Amino acid sequence: MATLLEVKDLRTHFFTREGVVKAVDGVSYAIEEGETLGLVGESGCGKSVSALSIMRLVPDPPGKTVGGEIIFDGQDLLKLPDSEIRRVRGKQIAMVYQEPMTSLNPVLTIERQLTESLELHLAMSKTEARREAVRRLEQVGIPDPERRLKQYPHQFSGGMLQRVMIAIALSCNPKLIIADEPTTALDVTIQAQILDLMKNLSREYGVSLLIITHNLGVVARYADRVNIMYAGKVIERGTARDIYRHPSHPYTLGLLNSVPRLDLPRTEKLDPIEGQPPDLMHLPAGCAFRERCRFAIARCAQEIPPLRPVSAGHLSACFVAETLLSRAKEHAA
Amino acid sequence: MQAYIAKRCLLFIPTLLLATLIAFLLLRVIPGDPALVKLAGETGDASFTQAELHDLQVKLGTDKPLYVQYGKWMWGMLQLDFGQSMYFEEPVAQDLIDKFPITLELTVLAMLIATIIAVPLGLVSAIKQDTPADYISRFISIAGVALPNFWVGILIVYFLVLFFAWMPPLGYANLWEDPATNLQQFIFPALALGFFEMAFTARVTRSSMLEVYREDYTRTARGKGLAERVVILRHALKNALLPVVTISGFQFGRLLAGTVVIENIFMIPGMGRLLLDSVFHRDYTMVQAIVVVITVSVLVLNLVLDVLYGWLNPRIRYS
Repeated sequence: MATLLEVKDLRTHFFTREGVVKAVDGVSYAIEEGETLGLVGESGCGKSVSALSIMRLVPDPPGKTVGGEIIFDGQDLLKLPDSEIRRVRGKQIAMVYQEPMTSLNPVLTIERQLTESLELHLAMSKTEARREAVRRLEQVGIPDPERRLKQYPHQFSGGMLQRVMIAIALSCNPKLIIADEPTTALDVTIQAQILDLMKNLSREYGVSLLIITHNLGVVARYADRVNIMYAGKVIERGTARDIYRHPSHPYTLGLLNSVPRLDLPRTEKLDPIEGQPPDLMHLPAGCAFRERCRFAIARCAQEIPPLRPVSAGHLSACFVAETLLSRAKEHAA
Repeated sequence: MQAYIAKRCLLFIPTLLLATLIAFLLLRVIPGDPALVKLAGETGDASFTQAELHDLQVKLGTDKPLYVQYGKWMWGMLQLDFGQSMYFEEPVAQDLIDKFPITLELTVLAMLIATIIAVPLGLVSAIKQDTPADYISRFISIAGVALPNFWVGILIVYFLVLFFAWMPPLGYANLWEDPATNLQQFIFPALALGFFEMAFTARVTRSSMLEVYREDYTRTARGKGLAERVVILRHALKNALLPVVTISGFQFGRLLAGTVVIENIFMIPGMGRLLLDSVFHRDYTMVQAIVVVITVSVLVLNLVLDVLYGWLNPRIRYS
């Protein structure tokens, strides 16, 4: 499989009056064609900002991508002039946002919001765009699309709006869809529907999917590979199976232990990660997770552990990764 | 929609009733007597007898108890009879027909100037936030909000006459008969009148636009690859204008009130000047009639704005 998008050493910082917030600080990952990649982490770990940086939608000021490369289709998106990046947005890379209720314009009809990208990127006429819009709404499972086109966002439920967002994202046949917490704002019962819809459509059209979430369950079910982020850095990477079966970073382990599991007895207590995520303005020296880590050794305070392979295709940014890995394998056996 | 408009029109009745009551009572509370003012003459030192005063009071009807006077006035208005001016002893209606269009033109012109200048000013200010363009626009806005309109009016008159040795044509030219002269006469008063509102609207537009800029849907629009111009004009502007429409309802009322001052400074023979003169004359019927006319125009304009608001904002459905 060919690489579709490669993020190399991305650094996006926010320059505030109080200081520089290093929201994304040296993140690298790649998405293969047709692959579903998960990007997982707590709120504020920089996962959304890293996605917005790809589209160059980080509000500037205060945000600025200060370093790195984003190679897409052989060109560095960060170096494209404004007019060129606009041709990538919506056409090559589309986004599905966290809050469908606020991400659609309240004073424009669904039709207008669907047809405008078709008219812009595919040079469709008004009637063609309308017909295509109806087809897309049908595709994402919205009943009575002809009538629905004339309506406004407030006349839809959250789940229906997210379907509309997906229809908009798919409308110009992009190569990559970035879904930023696509189900966080939705009812639990709707979440699976929306994710299944996205997964099925992306498979059907061979679209790559970047799913950003804090929900490990989502990733386990839908992602091929997973990146775990902490404090602006990727700290573990591997296939969904690797991450679940053999977590080799204490943070990943902590995340997994803090999720209720159906396969364990109900008397088993949840084991949350102690402490708070670090202040991105004043990161401690060494490993950012050290203060919350029960496996920390002296070295963790001095050096930042690099992301390094622990087995084929499985990387971890922890000095004691091997110990954790063998423990996990023992446990599984 | 029709049902909503009908309901709103019905609500006009209690509002109007309250306005008439306040106007009526307020006039009776302030010291002075229309008969006395009239008999004392322009200079206020003409002599008259007690009997003459009583006769005139009987003639004007001010000798009756207040509820009788109020009842008589309301009964007359129900038959669309605004009564006789207590000072000029002519029908009030004729004066209103003559003066109201003048004041209306002034107000509408001021509102147009305010909006047409203010919205682009506020937009530029928001789009070019923290650049010299923004600073200039904010300076104008602050100045406009801080300077009272009579002061701006006097400054305009002063500068026009002193530095440009220019005076607008005297008298009053009808807008439809002689638009060029009319506009020369009205443009500066309208500017003085509308300056505050212009500044205010510009500030509201700016802050509302900045807010819309931070909304998720603006980011969505950019994420579609739309040009910034389309993002602003199609996606942001309509949302940003909602609060502007809301405030323009109040503005209209404030502008009408402002005409009292501006018409006096610029010697425009409109309703505002008539109102001031009538207060001095204690011309109860005239003042009351003017208050009714102003109340009705503000009510009607607010209804129109509500309908416009509903058109701009699909989330509002009147029922």
